[in-house]
Amino acid sequence: METHTVTRNNNVISKLKGSSALQQILAFASLIILVVFFSIVSEHFWQWSNISGILLSTTVIGILALGVTFIIITGGIDLSVGTVMTLSSVMTGVFLVNMNLPIVVGILGGILTGSFAGFICGFWVTKLRIPPFIATLAMMMIAQGLALVISGATPIYFSGVEGFRGIALGSIIPGVALPNGILIFFLMVIIGGILLSKTIVGRYTFSIGSNEEATRLSGINVDRWKIKIYTIAGSFTGVAGVIMASRLDSAQPALGMGYELEAIAAVVIGGTSLSGGKGSIVGTMIGALIMSVLTNGLRIMSIPQEWQTVVVGLVVITAVYADILRRGKSN
Amino acid sequence: MNSKLLEMENISKGFPGVQALSKIKLDLNYGEVLALVGENGAGKSTLMKILTGIYEKDEGTIHLEGKEINPSNTKQAQDLGIGIIHQELNLMPDLTVAQNIFIGKEPKSALNFFLNERKLNDAASKLFEQLNINLNPRTKISSLTVARQQMVEIAKALSYNAKILIMDEPTAALTDEEINTLFEIIYKLKNDGVGIVYISHRMEELKKISNGITVMRDGEYVDTLKTEETEIDKVISLMVGRDVYIESKEIVKVSDQKTVLSVENLNNKSVKDINFHLKKGEILGFAGLVGAGRTEVARAIFGADPITSGKLTIKGKEVRIKQPKDAVDNGIGYLSEDRKHFGLMVDMDVNTNIMISTMENHTKNSFVKKSSLSKISQKYVDKLRVKTPSIYQKVKFLSGGNQQKVVIAKWLVKDCDILIFDEPTRGIDVGAKGEIYELLNELVKEGKSIIMISSELPEILRMSHRIIVMSEGYITGELSREEASQEKIMNYATTKM
Repeated sequence: METHTVTRNNNVISKLKGSSALQQILAFASLIILVVFFSIVSEHFWQWSNISGILLSTTVIGILALGVTFIIITGGIDLSVGTVMTLSSVMTGVFLVNMNLPIVVGILGGILTGSFAGFICGFWVTKLRIPPFIATLAMMMIAQGLALVISGATPIYFSGVEGFRGIALGSIIPGVALPNGILIFFLMVIIGGILLSKTIVGRYTFSIGSNEEATRLSGINVDRWKIKIYTIAGSFTGVAGVIMASRLDSAQPALGMGYELEAIAAVVIGGTSLSGGKGSIVGTMIGALIMSVLTNGLRIMSIPQEWQTVVVGLVVITAVYADILRRGKSN
Repeated sequence: MNSKLLEMENISKGFPGVQALSKIKLDLNYGEVLALVGENGAGKSTLMKILTGIYEKDEGTIHLEGKEINPSNTKQAQDLGIGIIHQELNLMPDLTVAQNIFIGKEPKSALNFFLNERKLNDAASKLFEQLNINLNPRTKISSLTVARQQMVEIAKALSYNAKILIMDEPTAALTDEEINTLFEIIYKLKNDGVGIVYISHRMEELKKISNGITVMRDGEYVDTLKTEETEIDKVISLMVGRDVYIESKEIVKVSDQKTVLSVENLNNKSVKDINFHLKKGEILGFAGLVGAGRTEVARAIFGADPITSGKLTIKGKEVRIKQPKDAVDNGIGYLSEDRKHFGLMVDMDVNTNIMISTMENHTKNSFVKKSSLSKISQKYVDKLRVKTPSIYQKVKFLSGGNQQKVVIAKWLVKDCDILIFDEPTRGIDVGAKGEIYELLNELVKEGKSIIMISSELPEILRMSHRIIVMSEGYITGELSREEASQEKIMNYATTKM
């Protein structure tokens, strides 16, 4: 009986060491510490309007980061999500404003734009054997260029489209000032979490990142699954594009560059390993929240924006170094 | 008539430049353990890769239970009931035991999309019960020992309802006790009628576990023997049987020379209790099977891998080597077996490659003095007879033998007089091999000392003054040139510690 408990305990410990659970706990603890710290330093921090502001500002980067999580777990990287998001916004504008299509069609079109870009990246990575860094860097440029060309380099305004602004900023729960955008973010977290941990796609995402050759030798069509994974990540980017457009009530073709790096930072802070095979959706959510809490808190403390960026950079280094220390020990 | 489980006949396979297999035959019965033996490079792995659909054969037929088969990928082979456990384990370390076993055939529920983790773990538990092994399906692979990982591989192969199981050096990383557990599993599989192809270098093990032994040599079929009627010595002599070409050339006497390098009680995670010395003007051969720890000894001496204990004396002075730079400063040069990765910058020219490590000595106000570089590199190109149109030719356009000479030149420029050659003639064609041998002889005549690691026994026998044999990280024997023979080396190389 006693030995049984001992092995169980050992199992728990080895589980903690082996998985990204410890990193997640660390990340979560840091988030709590940050929240407590800022609540003490500033009375404005712990106000509902500020909290919902933080959450709302997390949505776009957060959703982008969810998609990127899949790709990083396969051992890849995605630099294209920032500008593909912009392209999705612009296409939503084209469908809804220029072509006057029904709102559902426009939204779906915007999301599918992202999926398609993801599909193309997946195709380049697998069938043309272009390294993910290069493939998605090219896609980043192509999407940026296309967004400018299609929009004629001017913003597309959704003012004539009934209900579009409500997607991100409205509130379906009456009487509660909780913007829909936040709900959509959490919905995407749940979808992403289920995809990654409960479905076959998620299993192969980890499997490919853990040992691609072994996965291939197990009789799995790695190329096909990778294309699917990039397409899923692209769809998340598409959703982010629609939300972005709704929040700004316009598609801004010059925006988006640089978002990919913030998304990657969120993923990394959340404990997903850039060498693949390890990571989680919850971790990424926490990572994205840490970034926005930090930016918001520093702003409330009247620390200049330039310094906020410096701090975020330092946080990324700290998070990744913690990960390296942890892995060095378990080896 | 067709009571055979597997018949492979006249299997041939060529790669550009080499005939890897010619007319190989292999028969396997239900419930038989067939040992497949041969030296490194005899073609065992190639043959098994053909059987499992990784390579395509050029010629020959494969019959499984009387039906001709032609697997063209791993999945097809699996579906036919042919499973393989590779020497380097093929598992996903971040996934759990059960997830690894059922990868590609997960039990699914709703919509054929969601995973059913409970069914998965139950199926794995059932499999372990059948095999009588004690494993938790929920444990991550990365937290298991190699032996347990191997059991996962076996369970994985069997989960495809394997009729044939190929095991490539399954005991290479196992302890005695673990080997016994493995053998119990093998006996059980035998009783269930599974045919097993067992690749191993350990003769005493084959005696214990196998029913038959098929011997291959240089890509050719030699013989198949009944294990009970065979002596180990017979198998070894069949394995190495080709003519041994030791040229009884006059070779420099070194017995009265002084010791330039001595290694005492060297230990690290891959090698144990290493003691040896190297004399001036000597070629010291390091023989052993792949994975015996020879390269690891070289890397430890060179400071490329950390050591846990040990004393190094160079020319009578004790030295501490913590990184390759320390080794080079003490006159040790290491020529890796993988020239393209560790020895050369193939996209740069001969001149740069030869001078790279001494470039700092040839600068003026941080500018490289081109003329003084080219003068020196030209000198070594002439001395070593590197065949290149000019010293400005990119190294990737040179032949393997000439690339090797460029690496040698690099260390000579650095004034290294202890040179460690790791597989100096790997990937070099037969003609150029002779030239490299000649060069090694010239180097020792000039007073350099050489440690030569080689998996080719004829090469070891032909070149070495003295031969050290390793097995499993230990030195298991030392032979003088006069007493050395292929059989003696193989005996030491297959000694279990």
